[in-house]
Amino acid sequence: MEKTVLQQKETYMDSVHRWGRIWGLTLLVLIVAYPITVSLIFHAQVNWPAFVKGFIAIGPMYWAVGIVEIFTYVPMLGAGGSYLSFVTGNISNLKLPCALDAMERAGVKSNSEEGEVISTIAIAVSSIVTTLIILVGVVLIVPLTPLLSSPVLAPAFSQLLPALFGGLAVVFISKNVRLSIAPVVLMLVLFIFVPALNASTVGIMVPVGVLFSLAVARILYKKGLV
Amino acid sequence: MEFNVNAPILFVLVGIVVAFVLAQSTFFLWRAVKRAKEIGLPQETVRKTISAAAIFTVAPAVAILVGVISLSKSLGIALPWLRLSVVGSLTYETVAAGTSLTELGLDTNTPIPTASDYVTVAAVMTVGIMIGLLLVPLLTKRIQGGMVKLGARDSRWADIFNNAMFLGMISAFLGYVFSDVMNAAHGDFTGLIPVFVMLTSAVVMVICGVAAMRTKARWLQDYALPISMLCGMAASIPLTNWLG
Repeated sequence: MEKTVLQQKETYMDSVHRWGRIWGLTLLVLIVAYPITVSLIFHAQVNWPAFVKGFIAIGPMYWAVGIVEIFTYVPMLGAGGSYLSFVTGNISNLKLPCALDAMERAGVKSNSEEGEVISTIAIAVSSIVTTLIILVGVVLIVPLTPLLSSPVLAPAFSQLLPALFGGLAVVFISKNVRLSIAPVVLMLVLFIFVPALNASTVGIMVPVGVLFSLAVARILYKKGLV
Repeated sequence: MEFNVNAPILFVLVGIVVAFVLAQSTFFLWRAVKRAKEIGLPQETVRKTISAAAIFTVAPAVAILVGVISLSKSLGIALPWLRLSVVGSLTYETVAAGTSLTELGLDTNTPIPTASDYVTVAAVMTVGIMIGLLLVPLLTKRIQGGMVKLGARDSRWADIFNNAMFLGMISAFLGYVFSDVMNAAHGDFTGLIPVFVMLTSAVVMVICGVAAMRTKARWLQDYALPISMLCGMAASIPLTNWLG
């Protein structure tokens, strides 16, 4: 008997989850294996006191942020996009903007299967291109280092995020003016007047912005304003 | 075997992991393209998604490569190559490497001298970020299931919910752009550089949008984000000379 569209959809999504888990957990093993293998090859022990101190210094914050990031980014990235993005990293500065731009241009919604497919394609291509560029860079690191480390180009690389989010904001804010006013105003006020908020804390503020934006959106929706 | 941060065996180990990640991305790409065909997405849309994503990625990927070079002073090339090709982000890796080097009494500008120190730094960087890799396989299906249920219950609210999430994230990054503007009151105008860079990018995006509409040049719309991003990055060079 021929499968219905719904059954096909379930099959595709189920397989995305199955393969995502298999690839993701295998990569976790490989990542953990790296320090262990290096330790075995060079007969070197971990300096446990330094390890514990180092982990205590960064672990609690990055684990907490990591957990919140999963709940924040997974709904935006889609299933396939999430399995790939959390493996290849650089989510907020590359993978998510890439996926959002692709879905916007394709005219598909992120909560549809079309959105899931387009997001996965964009993130997969972005991951492949990033990996290949870094690979080429590593091979050619000697001739490239003077060019890429040049003080003339340094501002361009350090200003990547403002350059990226300026364009992206125009697209999304222009289409959702009412929804965007409250979160944009809140974040501007917080970042301008709270000195502790800066480049290193923006990752923590993303979930705050998302939760606030959702709360305001719910109120506006209930009042029939959006 | 004698240790140094650029020992060939380290490149072999990293190469295996990077090859695995490339294989995973290719596998997901192949499956998604196949699925796009099955559900009737126009091939033109798929083709443009691929080319636009590839072009958009170049500048951020080169910025990540710059991160590999800066971390390579202490960690060698192999470990930053691994960490910035897989899982990590430049912000995290810089902090994690810096913290563990400090705990070992080392600095960020000289190569790690011993294998023990190297393994310790690699272990801290690995354990510090592994929570995402551990939980995404366990939680993604549940979270996505919740989103599907939300869409089935109230599709209008589900659309607004998604847009509100995107806007919440974009708002946080717009706020970050303004984080140092108050320094201008004390005569330090460097905090204005990201603001002007963002405005340049935004203006170019508007120009691209208007030009694409008037000239019907679809390619301009397709590549508007990389064009605006590159213009913003290019503008940062004279802006830094002026305000920096």
